[in-house]
Amino acid sequence: MSVKIEVEVNGTRHEREVDPRLLLVHFLREELSLTGTNVGCETSLCGACTVKMDGLTVKSCTQLAVQADGASITTIEGLSPEGELHPLQQAFWDEHGLQCGYCTPGMILAAEGLLAVNPSPGESEIRESLKGNLCRCTGYHNIVKAIQSAAKGGA
Amino acid sequence: MFPAKCDYYRATSAAEAIDLLGRHDNARLLAGGHSLIPMMKLRLCEPAALIDIGRLEELRGVSENDIGDNALRIGALSTHTEIATSETLRTRCSLLAEAARQIGDPQVRNKGTIGGNIAHADPASDLPAVLVALGATIHILGPNGERSIAAPSFFTDLLTTALEPNEIVTTIEVPVAPPGSGSAYLKVEHPASGYAVCGAAATMTIEGSSCTAASLAFNGVAATPVHAEAVTAALAGTAADDSAFRAAVDAHLEIAEPLGDLHASGEYRVALAKVYGRRALEKARDRALS
Repeated sequence: MSVKIEVEVNGTRHEREVDPRLLLVHFLREELSLTGTNVGCETSLCGACTVKMDGLTVKSCTQLAVQADGASITTIEGLSPEGELHPLQQAFWDEHGLQCGYCTPGMILAAEGLLAVNPSPGESEIRESLKGNLCRCTGYHNIVKAIQSAAKGGA
Repeated sequence: MFPAKCDYYRATSAAEAIDLLGRHDNARLLAGGHSLIPMMKLRLCEPAALIDIGRLEELRGVSENDIGDNALRIGALSTHTEIATSETLRTRCSLLAEAARQIGDPQVRNKGTIGGNIAHADPASDLPAVLVALGATIHILGPNGERSIAAPSFFTDLLTTALEPNEIVTTIEVPVAPPGSGSAYLKVEHPASGYAVCGAAATMTIEGSSCTAASLAFNGVAATPVHAEAVTAALAGTAADDSAFRAAVDAHLEIAEPLGDLHASGEYRVALAKVYGRRALEKARDRALS
């Protein structure tokens, strides 16, 4: 069985016939070649696959592509215009909020989700909001600093 | 990890979902997918057909006004985020909002639903004991119409509920917290998964300095939520002080078959339940008095 879906990703509409078991993260990476969204633990824990779906952060490894039919999705590629850095991306750069970078797209989408509802979060609120995003390189100190810095700059 | 092949049908009404469940063998309901999809990826569950109820507006939302006798209705498709941030629940049934806020992480709360959560009936989940402590009622729709089940009778075994194969949870009805009452949900969570190693849900009504009514239930310590009715029966009408809580918990908390696994033995979970049960009662009292 295949199911026809229509999804808006980063402002562009896409129509595809998909297998019902296709996960959203694989739809984004393999059907649309948007490989900025990473596959990490595949068990809803690490958050590397975080994207925004109709304004809310979700783990795209735990959604089926058919569930995204009619939805509007933002991935790391769509956060800012081509060639420009989103204020959160700039802040992660400035504050060295990454080491290997694997968790970064998910971290930035999760942070964007937080700032959308709480534009000036305290440190504990930032740490709480990152509960679903794991960094295995170096800890969270500079990630938190980067989000604080982006919030101060009005991200 | 990929789920096994399956068919997919999108229901346009709760009645159609029930009809589709009846017409397809080995069909499963898909709501937020946050219990089902992980099970499918691990091949612990290989449905032949998914019936997607995720878009049914009739099953969504928290009632702003009381229905009937001081109760609130919560649509089964309400997400944990919607429940945690609902002003109505935060002010009038804060125990549920407090527990929903402690589920998983923001992304999981954005998609996971209360109906899916209780239908999955994971013993380490946060909502089952909360609904038991609240005295919630689960409303169900099936081929023979509607029926209702009290929360303690809904959870029948590990990952097993009183739902018949072709039935769906439509709404959860919770009582409004009475005046002079307080509640608390405290948990020891597994550090990686966030699931409850032990979760204690308590409510208490205080008059003067006495406890006039209380309820206490636990997640994570047995196959189904443990409803500590003997503990709260012993507390009714007594002075609401820490020593009374300790005495009641120590004397009356009985967990017949505690659940043990590689994370925590049954014996350890019982020890946690005694401590966290007491602390949840203390916090519920403090909130009732504040």
